[in-house]
Amino acid sequence: MTTIQEQIQQEGLQPLAADAEVILETRGLAKHFELAGGFLGFGEKPTLKAVDGIDVIVRAGETVGLVGESGCGKSTTAKLLLGLEDPTEGQIFFKGEDFTNMSRASKRDYRKNVQAVFQDPWSSLNPRMRVRAIVSEPLQIVGGLTKGQVNSRVDEVLEEVGLNPYQANLYPHEFSGGQRQRIGVARALALNPEVMILDEPVSALDVSIRAQILNLLVDLQKEHNLAYLMIAHNLATVRYMCHTTAVMYLGTIKEIGDSEPIFSNPLHPYTQALISAALPSHPDIEREEIILPGEVPSPVNPPSGCTFNPRCPVKIGDVCEQLAPALMEEETRHWVSCHLYGDSASTAVSSD
Amino acid sequence: MVDSPEQDRENYSDRADADTDGFGPSTAQDDVILEIRNLRTYFQTKYGTVKAVDGVSYYVKRGETLGVVGESGSGKSVTALSIMRLVPSPPGFIVGGEVILDGENLLDLSDGDMANIRGSKVGMILQDPMTALNPVFNIENQVGEAIRIHQQVKGQTLVDRIIHSLRQVRIPAAESRMKDFPHQLSGGMRQRVVGAISISCAPVVLIADEPTTALDVTIQAGYLRLLKEIQAETGVGIIFITHDFGIVAKMCDRVAVMYAGRIVETGDVRQIFNEPAHPYSAALLASVPKLEERTQRLYSIEGQPPPLFDLPPGCPFAPRCDSVQDVCREAYPVRSTLSGEHTASCWKILDFDISKADPDELAAAQSVDVTSGIVEPEEAEAVAG
Repeated sequence: MTTIQEQIQQEGLQPLAADAEVILETRGLAKHFELAGGFLGFGEKPTLKAVDGIDVIVRAGETVGLVGESGCGKSTTAKLLLGLEDPTEGQIFFKGEDFTNMSRASKRDYRKNVQAVFQDPWSSLNPRMRVRAIVSEPLQIVGGLTKGQVNSRVDEVLEEVGLNPYQANLYPHEFSGGQRQRIGVARALALNPEVMILDEPVSALDVSIRAQILNLLVDLQKEHNLAYLMIAHNLATVRYMCHTTAVMYLGTIKEIGDSEPIFSNPLHPYTQALISAALPSHPDIEREEIILPGEVPSPVNPPSGCTFNPRCPVKIGDVCEQLAPALMEEETRHWVSCHLYGDSASTAVSSD
Repeated sequence: MVDSPEQDRENYSDRADADTDGFGPSTAQDDVILEIRNLRTYFQTKYGTVKAVDGVSYYVKRGETLGVVGESGSGKSVTALSIMRLVPSPPGFIVGGEVILDGENLLDLSDGDMANIRGSKVGMILQDPMTALNPVFNIENQVGEAIRIHQQVKGQTLVDRIIHSLRQVRIPAAESRMKDFPHQLSGGMRQRVVGAISISCAPVVLIADEPTTALDVTIQAGYLRLLKEIQAETGVGIIFITHDFGIVAKMCDRVAVMYAGRIVETGDVRQIFNEPAHPYSAALLASVPKLEERTQRLYSIEGQPPPLFDLPPGCPFAPRCDSVQDVCREAYPVRSTLSGEHTASCWKILDFDISKADPDELAAAQSVDVTSGIVEPEEAEAVAG
């Protein structure tokens, strides 16, 4: 068994190759839900803008983290990328091809290449199916393999995620939480995807098990050059796992860029508040907490201008209420959407 | 640059030494308000006897926060339920130990006397505010219930007391919000209401069982700050049950680390973070990602916690431990004192030499014979019925 010292000296996250291929890209991706309402079904119905124009690029071998509080639209973004919801506006490009205009066959191919690992390993595995059936289900759906090929593929991925092939004949309830999450990862891996959407992959697990799963994901990425889009609310986990971090608030990205500058020098007031509120890793670390007044407003009727303006501690004036700031590259590979930066404040005034 | 945790700890311990005010407000007043001694709570299941709590001792002082850290199944919540005598029985039985509050052993009290203590002298905040509040009663009713029962007040006095409690947890517009029902409040506000109920009768001890796991990051920060403020105002001692070392770092003065029903290490929060003596504490600390700097690679503890009905002889952490020796699989380690309040139960401290342990302590540290200590379920039912 390796000691703590030996283990943590090993390499973690691989630096991203400069020429990494863009696998997944969204442009102006938006999802609005029409709610019930109006008068007897007439009149204007309120719309809930869960996701309101998102641009994200995920490259091969890269992990992009989406962080934000509940209701910020990060899970809806994941559903859109998995093709489980149709976007209201915007496009998703897979290796340069527009998903919405794809033929049925290419959509099938897309779904094969974009797989998901879910948050709760207790509800994401069917209790009445054996592990072999769970992991082989995606292979059966895609088809084209003999029974023997399917079985050997199942054994292969189970071994890859650190389980024993003989465990394929067991049911999910015979496993612990960490092992169940490994089964979930094996199922996602079975079709050899290029992208994996990780929706809070460790938040339902015990502390001592979380590191096992995170390290497994890092190793699999290294091995297969996988692209990950990870949704998380724990900032420390995002810093450990992600090359790129995007901070979401009420359906829009407020700050995006390489993880290191975002965590060491957050620019957006919301990111600063999030980081200041995160728990310290040592009792001697005291951060000055930025206290945000009020609560996240309803996405049914979001504030005008910058959606963060009613809670912003450094609001500069009317411009914040009137004009939504654009995402601007303030530093190299570090974009922020805030009137405090760049010349967006002056352009806003002149355009009015 | 790769920073080893050792280096980190050195850096931090330097700073800790420079910290003159010591360990927060608790050192000024030294009085212990709640102490549990050698508590054992067992469950009878079809798999055998589950020793959920097997000889746990800790105490909390006035104005102090004790963090009880452990994974699910380590017995931290069952210990808290045993203090409140809320362990469902059967299948659970408190088979030994004492819970001392104000010189009284709570385990000896009659059910009626115990009911007077619950919610008045000892308050409790549960994890999930959705299930802790009753959806069909309004806030006034639920906060008022405890005050009405324990303080025998009614009418305007009761309403004033309810408003006072709600103001204490910083609920804005308390007079109008108290007419609301739980579903009309946000998650953070609901948890504040649960807090208001638990502090409404001015308890001397507050047991907080993972009160913020269901909350968002910024809401969590506000809630933790609120608990600290209430503690500063009232001097309540808090037992904070959590699995998150971040909360421990932020909130706690002292820490007890639990594994498989026992406390494996206790100490001042800085002692635990700077020089964890038990391999489990050290491994847990190394397996948590840090926000302040990017960790190269997290330490991952192999395997999983053992099932409590089938504990291996010796140290239950031995199968997952990276410094395990033969003695660890033979005998449960005795508790060694490292300095002051810093104690740990690990053979490593005694150089894996069983002869260095005090024979009496060694015998006491071994798990008691299951059959001798426990009441048979039929007998217990007969007694209860």
